[in-house]
Parts: sequence; structure tokens; C-alpha cells
Amino acid sequence: MSFRKLLKNILLGGIAIAVTALMFSGCSSQKGEIGNQDAADQVYVPPGKHDKFYSFMSGGWTGNVSVYGIPSGRHLYTIPVFSQDPTNGWGYTEETKAMLNTSYGYIPWGDTHHVQLSKTNGMYDGRWLFVNDRNGHRIARINLKTFRTDEILEIPNMAGDHASPFCSSNTHYISAMTEYSIPLPKPLGNGVDVPIDSYKKNFRATCTMVKVNQKTGRMNVDFQIEVPPFDYDLGRFGLAMSKDWVFYTCYNSEEAHTMLEINASQKDKDFVLAINWKKAAEAAEEGKGQIVHTAYDHNYVDPRTDIAHSHVMHDVRVLSPADLKGAIYFIPAPKSPHGINVSPSGKYMAEGGKLSTVVPVESFPKMLEAIKNNDTTGSVTSGIVGRIPILKYKDVLAYEVKGAGLGPLHVEFDGKGHAYNSAFISSEVVKWSLKDGKVIDRHPAYYSTGHITIPGGDTRQPYGHYLIALNKITKDRYLPTGPEMFAGEQLFDISGNKMKLLLDFPVEGEPHNAAEIPASLIDTGQVKYFKLTDNHNPYVTRKEADAKVVRHGHRVDVYMTAIRSHFTPDNIEGIKVGDTVYFHVTNIEQEWDIPHGFAMEGMRNAGMLIMPGETRSVVWKPQRKGVYPFYCTDFCSALHQEMQGYVRVSPANSNIKIVYGTNKDLN
Amino acid sequence: MRKLIIPILLFMSLLAWGCSSSSKKSNANNTQAASAQKSNNGLTAFQLKNGIGPITSVVKVGPLNKKLAAKGKQIFENNCSSCHQIGKRYVGPDLQEVTSRRTPTYIMNMILNPSGMTQKHPVAHKLLAKFATQMANMHLTKDQARAVVEYFRSVNPNTQK
Repeated sequence: MSFRKLLKNILLGGIAIAVTALMFSGCSSQKGEIGNQDAADQVYVPPGKHDKFYSFMSGGWTGNVSVYGIPSGRHLYTIPVFSQDPTNGWGYTEETKAMLNTSYGYIPWGDTHHVQLSKTNGMYDGRWLFVNDRNGHRIARINLKTFRTDEILEIPNMAGDHASPFCSSNTHYISAMTEYSIPLPKPLGNGVDVPIDSYKKNFRATCTMVKVNQKTGRMNVDFQIEVPPFDYDLGRFGLAMSKDWVFYTCYNSEEAHTMLEINASQKDKDFVLAINWKKAAEAAEEGKGQIVHTAYDHNYVDPRTDIAHSHVMHDVRVLSPADLKGAIYFIPAPKSPHGINVSPSGKYMAEGGKLSTVVPVESFPKMLEAIKNNDTTGSVTSGIVGRIPILKYKDVLAYEVKGAGLGPLHVEFDGKGHAYNSAFISSEVVKWSLKDGKVIDRHPAYYSTGHITIPGGDTRQPYGHYLIALNKITKDRYLPTGPEMFAGEQLFDISGNKMKLLLDFPVEGEPHNAAEIPASLIDTGQVKYFKLTDNHNPYVTRKEADAKVVRHGHRVDVYMTAIRSHFTPDNIEGIKVGDTVYFHVTNIEQEWDIPHGFAMEGMRNAGMLIMPGETRSVVWKPQRKGVYPFYCTDFCSALHQEMQGYVRVSPANSNIKIVYGTNKDLN
Repeated sequence: MRKLIIPILLFMSLLAWGCSSSSKKSNANNTQAASAQKSNNGLTAFQLKNGIGPITSVVKVGPLNKKLAAKGKQIFENNCSSCHQIGKRYVGPDLQEVTSRRTPTYIMNMILNPSGMTQKHPVAHKLLAKFATQMANMHLTKDQARAVVEYFRSVNPNTQK
């Protein structure tokens, strides 16, 4: 090849490469800093198309769970759980009221904190979503075929269920853990009248193992373990090699009962509590510990009638650390640690050091080794029967992540050898190598990140690709809405070496935690309507010919049907002031997304939505004589406005008989 | 020189294909849709006469089957009578002589695919405009829809009995 030819080659090649590069950049940017258009392309889900992931976010003080599509950040639905929801009548209708019963009676609100997806062999299986109520120490189970809460279980002998509802590798157990220790007498019971400053003497915490029936999902308190009166903050079950263990962080090993922000931050180290739950379950099975008489509510929906019932439960088996020799240990951890997360292989436990400048990462094999060598540095005995040995920090430590930001709270994993931690105070997300803790990348977050979440981040094989920062402070990120505003989440692309911020999206309440699952694990199994032939509500009306109004003394039951666009009956007479009227409305449609609503003037209750094929009931106590309209609240058809009716209310002492009908004169 | 340029051109065309493959796909869909337009309103002669839905071959009826008609009556009362009456207009059209107006196959497709019919079939679409309420899909089986057709035949004075 001559020099001239070579030159020509280079020239032509250069042009070709330049053109190629131009085309390439037209397709997608390969630059380190992501441009607005590229970010938009990555989160854009065209009209009529679906997101790749569902994200379930606890609503915090909404008491409910909100569902978002990822990567678009679109709000898809809100699942009512612990809080009444006037949107559809949750907690107002006769069928759902019992779900909000507690040992204190009916409570219309909860504080949802952590969501956990059910797992099989350490991977999401799309069966259920569990969520806790910190205030009312309850755990709820949501059915992912209907996006409805099927069960709520109150946890006895505890307060402040924050480190909850963590899920074992095969969903055999869901655990609950005390944050606010309370006085628990021997034998245990509810509410003990002692001076608050007798905290160290009288107060204790319990760890609860809730067993899950694999067929029905039904939860039951299997046993509890008494533990010292520290504030247990977060937890995680182990995975793979560590799957028989569960780990909880705690602060307040000082056992302070007042001004905790100072008094619970005295020591340089608090603890991780490690429990071999499998051995503990065996001890419970063998009948160890004591049976404690208490009272707590267990509410669940009867799958046949679709009506919720409350059951008062009593006896609980309580183990003490003395029953768990070789199965319960404290590991020192700096300083008031917050989150604890287990790596996909189960080898590492990483804590958010919160008040420390490092993220300590513990090694599960080193922990087993230390246990084998009985290499301890004393034990904790306060408030418990027996002792909990303390392993040595250095013996169990794999490494400390330095430069993890200020106020590290939570760690997540991408399944590609990286970990990410949130830093609340320095408001950033930090990426590091799981092998040695060396920091690789960091990105600011707006503002003050709490939990972070990666799709499948708590499974054996995370789906990765995205990271969501759940920020605690919103301030100026969106159009202002007065002093109060939604929380702001941020979506990052973590598929490359450097994190790329793609999207801000506002969310309801204060999601403390979220979980993302591939849409394909859930979307095909959705219930679209309820079959009328399977409706076994005792007040069902399957066809208009069966609609009726029945009086029993002062109680009147209206068996009503709804179909586009009329109620049957739609004219009712013979109701009297002082009656208690139950409207049992059956939506006799058999088609997806054709709900009907029901609203009645003067009804001191919420309206309700009735899904196709189901029956919902509300109570109305007419107060004044007159004629009162009712109507459908869900715009069901072009003649929706016409979907209305009247109830005539006569004085209490009148002799008027019950008459009713549709499309006829009653008199 | 060729040795160098050909791979580069190949690479470039690959990239170009990568960029535009999605638009090619939608073009292909349009072509397919266009070729399906065989007759009136894009419907085939079969569809115009027999409706659009899960019944894709002509359902033949024989002499009136009274047993089947009785079964159909029951199904009609449980699922259809909220909106249809025999002998007068109610929420939907009077169905007394529906078997004189429509083929059995059309009626079955209307029962089994009501929103598909009102969207795509000109006759059903006109009825939606007239009655304003979308006919409900009660998710009957094909056998149940067939029984309802027999019931309609039994109430139609024009049926050979």
C-alpha cells in the first residue's frame, strides 16, 4: 500500500467513523452526564404502554400503600390498608369495617412503614405484599391478585412495630420487632402501671415470629422472644447461606427513657441482634418458653363471602434468650445504626451507621467462625431471662466503607457486585464495591434521602437497572402547594458505571420504604371482576327479580342491584325515622372496570364503590321525614346521571308499609 | 481499501436499522390492516351479516328446540332482563323479533362481544348511538349464548313452530 493510498484510507475511514459517531449519538447518548432528552427517553412510557416494574410504596402517615409504575413514576393506585378510605368505602362498609378493629376497638388510621414482597427461594413470587403499622403494631397482608388487604394481625406484647414486617426466604415467617420497649410483667400482659423512670428495671422488648400459611397466606403469631429494652430499628432475614438467620439493628442500648436524641446517643457502639430463627422455631416447637395469656385482634376476609371478620386471639408462646443458647447474639455496631441489609449471596450484612461516618459491613462466615470459637466480649442480661453473648466487632467485621457520606441510613444491592447507600445528612447516594467497600461513585439527591430501593434489591438476584431514592424533604422540587406537600422520589439509572438521575416524581404521604417487582410477575394474574356465581355474600342479589326490601323491627335491609344505568329497586317507601337501613348493593355487571357507586343524602358514612360481581353494604339512619335521593357516584355510562332513585322517609309512628320497585308506580 | 470500507458501511447500516426498526414495524402493521379491508367499513361480508366476535362460522338452527329455549329463558332472566324486555323497549331494544332482524350468529357475537360490536359493526354502532348505553358483557359461554338465541326464536311469532 502506497503512502497516498494509506492517506486516502485514513481519510475515508475517518469520515466513516465521524458519520457513525453522529448516528450513534442520535440513537442514545454515551456521555457521562445524561442530557434531558436521554433521561426523558428512558422514563417515557408511550400512551397505552405499560411500565416495566410495579413499585409499592408505604404511605407513612396515609396508613396505606401507593402503587407506582417504574420507570415513568406514574401513580397507578392506592391500596387502602390501615386507614379508612372514603374513595371506595374501605373501613366504612359492613364488609370491610372489621379489618380496622384492634384490641382497643375500631381505629381508623395507621402508619405504614415497610413493605415486603413474598418470596420463594429468595426471589419474589408475586403472591403477597406485607406492610406494617408502626403505631398500632399490626401487620397487613395484601393479595397481589386483587390489590386488596386480605388480613391484618395485631402483634401483642409490644409497642412501636418499626423493624417489621421482614420476610424470610420462603415466606415461612414474617417478623415484627419492638422499637418502643414497654413494661411487660412476668407473665407478660398488656399495659403495666409503673413509673417511667423504672425503665431499666421493668421495660422489655419482644421479637415476634409470625408464621404464614403457604396455601392461604393466613398469618399467626407463632412465638415471641423476650429481648433487652433497646430500640430495635430495622431488620432483614438472611439470604442463601445466611437464610436461617435474622438480623436487627438497635439504638438506645443506653436504655434511656427521655430526651433520647441526646441520651440514646452516648455510646460509640450499639448493636446488631442476630437470631437463628430456625433454631428458635425448633425451640418453640419443642414447647420451650412460657404460654402468656394476652389479647390481640386478628382480622381477615372470609374468601367465600368476601366479608372481613375480627377474631380475638389469646395465648402466645414467649421464649427467653435462656431457651436459645447458641442461637442469639449481639454484634457491636457504630453508632445508633439505622438500616441493615443483607447482600444477595447472604454473605454480608451492611448497616447504615447513621451517627457514624462509616458503613460497617459484617461477614456472615466470620460471624459463624466467631460463634464457633466462642469468641465473645461479655453479654447483655438486662430485662431478660438468660444472657445474650456479645461477639467482637473486629471478629465479625468484613470492612468499613469510608466516605459513605454523612448520616448513612440504608444499603441496597444491584446483584453486580455493587452496593449503594443513602446518606441523609449529606443528601446523596453513594456507590461502592461489595468486595472491598471502595467508593466508586456518588450522586447528590434532593433532599435528605431515607430508604433507597433497587428492583429485587433484597433478593438473591436483584433485577437492578434502577435505584429509587425516597427523599424525606421536598421543598422546591415541584410547584409549591402551601406549607404541606407530597414527598419527592428520584429515579436513577444504575446500569452503567456512573449513576444517572432520570426523574423526580412526587408521591403520597411519606413512603418510608418501597419494593419493585417486574410487572410480568403480577399483571397477568389480575382479577378483573368477581364472578356473580361465586358471590356468597349473604346479602347478594344476583338478579333484579330477587331485589327486595325487608323489615325486621327497626332494621330494614335493602337488597339492591346496580347495572348500567339503574338501580333496582329505585323507588322505596315505608322507611321510617329511627330505622337503621342497610343498603346491600350488588353490582351485577360482569365486565372489567365497570364499577358502580352508591351515595345517599344524609348518610353519615362514606359512599361506596361496588366492583362488578360484588356486594357492598352501608348503613343509613334516616333522621328526618322527607324524600331523599340516592345515586351512582361512578360515571358508568352516558346515562350515568340518570342512575338515581328515591327513598321516602315517613314519621316514626306512621303505618306506611314497605313498597318498592323500578319502572313502576308504587301506589 | 474496500476491506476497510465495507465493514464500516455494514456497521453504519446496522446502526441505521437499529434506529428505524420501530417505525418499519408500525408501517408493516398498517399494511396488514389495509389488506384486511376487504369490504364495507373494513368488514368482511361474513362479519357484516354475522357480526364480529368469537363466533366465526355460521351457526345453523333447526326446528325450535323447546328444551334449549327454556334453558335460554333462564339465562336471559338472570343476565339480560335488567335491560331487555320481550315485547317492549327498555334500556335496550325490544328483542321479541330480533331473530327476524339478525342471524343467530350475529346475535351470539353481540352477546359475547358487545363492546367490540358497537365499536366496529355499523348496525351495532347505530344502536349504541340510539340507546346511549353500552350493552354489558355478562361473560356468557358460547353454549349459553346459543341457548339465549333459541329463547329469542321461541318468543318470535314469526318463527316456524
